[in-house]
Amino acid sequence: MEHQHHITLPEGSIEKQTTTLNLGPTHPATHGVFQNILELDGERIVSSEQTVGYIHRAFEKLAERRPLYQITPITDRLNYCSSPINNMGWHITCEKLMQIKTPKRVDYLRVIIMELARIADHLICNSIVGVDSGAYSGFLYVMQYRELIYEIYEEICGSRLTTNIGRVGGFERNFNAAAFDKLEKFLKEFPTVWKEFEDLFMRNRIFMDRLQNTGGISAERALNYGFTGPNLRAAGVDYDVRVHSPYSSYEDFEFTVPVGKTGDNYDRFLVRGQEVWQSLSIIGQAYRKVQAFKGAEAEVYHAEVPEFYLPKKEDVYTKMEALIWHFKIIMGETAIPKGEVYQSVEGANGELGFYFISDGGRTPYRLHFRRPCFIYYQAYSELTKGAMLSDAIITMSSLNLIAGELDA
Amino acid sequence: MALTNELIQQKLTEKFGEQVTNFEEPYGMLTFEAPKELNLKVLQFLYDDETLQFQFMTDLCAVHYPDNAGRELAVVYHLHNLVENVRIRLKVFTDVAKPDVFTASKLFSAANWMERETYDFYGVNFVGHDNLKRILNVDEMDYFPLRKEFPLEDQTRIDKDDEMFGRGRLN
Repeated sequence: MEHQHHITLPEGSIEKQTTTLNLGPTHPATHGVFQNILELDGERIVSSEQTVGYIHRAFEKLAERRPLYQITPITDRLNYCSSPINNMGWHITCEKLMQIKTPKRVDYLRVIIMELARIADHLICNSIVGVDSGAYSGFLYVMQYRELIYEIYEEICGSRLTTNIGRVGGFERNFNAAAFDKLEKFLKEFPTVWKEFEDLFMRNRIFMDRLQNTGGISAERALNYGFTGPNLRAAGVDYDVRVHSPYSSYEDFEFTVPVGKTGDNYDRFLVRGQEVWQSLSIIGQAYRKVQAFKGAEAEVYHAEVPEFYLPKKEDVYTKMEALIWHFKIIMGETAIPKGEVYQSVEGANGELGFYFISDGGRTPYRLHFRRPCFIYYQAYSELTKGAMLSDAIITMSSLNLIAGELDA
Repeated sequence: MALTNELIQQKLTEKFGEQVTNFEEPYGMLTFEAPKELNLKVLQFLYDDETLQFQFMTDLCAVHYPDNAGRELAVVYHLHNLVENVRIRLKVFTDVAKPDVFTASKLFSAANWMERETYDFYGVNFVGHDNLKRILNVDEMDYFPLRKEFPLEDQTRIDKDDEMFGRGRLN
């Protein structure tokens, strides 16, 4: 690793030259594998250089040798704080390529899971901002509810963090009663908890002093840097993929897109906080819509696409037709249309895009992930120039950088 | 007047004539091709024109087509007009033996790392980029791993044939 050169400081400074500080790649304050080589004048950052790629796993190359269902677990490992959004984004991309229309109930169930994932992601991000500014208890307090969200995932797909949830066309099974019970418990208890969490932080003088006017970015710069998601909205641009290019029937829901003004750490914190309320409202609406389905409609959890939707396991063992479909899907014997498609979803930290080029083969000819935090992390140098080291730490956590997504 | 794909195509043809080609609309997204010498002019025109205003770079990546002699590498730009909410896709093809393409990083700061990533995996040389070095792979690497000549699995294996994966052998 070549190091930056010391920068000579102007006369009147305490030191003659800047000090080099190697922050990371493994440092308790960076929550992930990030390396920053900082040139410091005292505690002030004069310049910084980021090194990324420490956990690069060549997902795009791997994807070129994997059939569609083997790519879902790869997407788990992008932004692993909200894996279900990535999984569903991938399935929605495949559905777009194959022109599969999913039933409304599937869309609403997906919305419930995606919004739960968004809440899980935002509560981690916001509570970590709290931890980095010296307030640990908020983090421990909301963590219980991430646990509850993970239990809901577990009822639906059997796993918690890297969920591999769903199928092309819908879900692997219908939601069971326990999943809905836990969802109800979440909807009942979490608002109080989130309110209390916000009360602890939002108007807290010390917290505000740490976050306001640090790590700010103007709307023009944010757009030029390709910011998306809460970070862009905190700078005052109301771009949200759920509204601009609705997928999974988001057009059926009433919600507002919270925006900030200054794009600083405090506004990012507030925008995420507000988005959690919006997500709660969306989940409530989706749950009511799901409950409104009666009779046979209430049992629908996938589209009728036997060429792509893996049949139930028990049927594979007992029914010839299901066995044939299972075999064909696993071996890639079902035809995938040729074409290229770009589909994006509103991930918890920005626009997560999938650029999928199919040559009709069993595996993608090319699959590119548009990873929001890879794109906006390049602004970090500009965001922290002239800032105090301790503010740069908060800026890093409030940008919601996830190493898994950054390094792909 | 809403910004339709026809209008964008008309504007581009007015400005660049025969040089912008291969207009398509796969899954509704206007896709077209420009000569690589013109990539910056096209991007700048798309950015500045009052009706077009494609001022947000969503994505930049490359694709390798080893059988496309003389135009093996494609650099693909996804642009977004956030006001009219229209997306377009611009492709620029280059010879793999001389993969020089002008950098878009002066126009879009977002392109900086995405071009580094594209260089890292495909070896596209973005002319004019300030800091074109590897980003996700180690600096010592001396090949471009996402090119198709690097198969993912050991090619001496005979139990797995590319034909099993829906396409013929790559080599």
